[in-house]
Amino acid sequence: MKQTKKWYDYLWVVSLTYLILGFFNILFAWLGLLCFFIPLLISIIKGNKAYCNRYCGRGQLFSLVGGRFGLSRKKDIPKWMRSSYFRYGFLTFFFVMFFLMLWNTWLVFEGSGELRTAVTLLWTFKVPWQWAYHGTLFSDGVAQFAFGFYSVMLTSTILGFLTMLLFKPRSWCVYCPMGTMTQLICKAKNVTASRK
Amino acid sequence: MPKRKAIVSIRECVSCGCCMKICPKGAITIPTGIHAVIDKELCVGCGKCAKECPASIITLEVTEA
Repeated sequence: MKQTKKWYDYLWVVSLTYLILGFFNILFAWLGLLCFFIPLLISIIKGNKAYCNRYCGRGQLFSLVGGRFGLSRKKDIPKWMRSSYFRYGFLTFFFVMFFLMLWNTWLVFEGSGELRTAVTLLWTFKVPWQWAYHGTLFSDGVAQFAFGFYSVMLTSTILGFLTMLLFKPRSWCVYCPMGTMTQLICKAKNVTASRK
Repeated sequence: MPKRKAIVSIRECVSCGCCMKICPKGAITIPTGIHAVIDKELCVGCGKCAKECPASIITLEVTEA
């Protein structure tokens, strides 16, 4: 039963475009919020992981590059990386870093922090990114959030590519914080549903 | 002749959907987003899902039919 391709099988184009746009105008980074809210809403409303299963463009990108183009060793992921300790630990770490980013954005919004036109990779390396900044119509905080959010997106893409090369194409899915979070929501929903 | 079927380690499944996509028989679903479910009637034991699974938590086992 070879299925014919559906429109959502091409969402990897959107993910790729998103990453490229960030090199031209950092404000496009705001669009990435869709990758946060859509999976959450699907899991909260529908109680499933249709986002991961069908619509995740990043997952498609990894299976295309790692699978079709063969840029993957296709080895088993180490056991510790698929353990719940690591998955929940990574989710927590991701959350903490995300809130730190929001805090820095807030400081710029209220005026006590200065806008830094840099993208922080792997939470450590500050890469100058001023070429993609052409000013904002609003507060500098709007741009600060864009830089921060793009940092999150690019960092997770880099990690995903690394584990794609080392292990199986979609190894990122094993420890993807959004995936872990939506699965937790589904679990919670299922517990409450079975109590009814 | 013993038949092999795909078995999902439910506790470790991340519900990513890779197995569902690759299954040539459409035997896999992830109904509640918690783990993949394999329809034993439809599974032919080809092993594509086990190979595709990024967490490597699907195994092929001989089950008593």
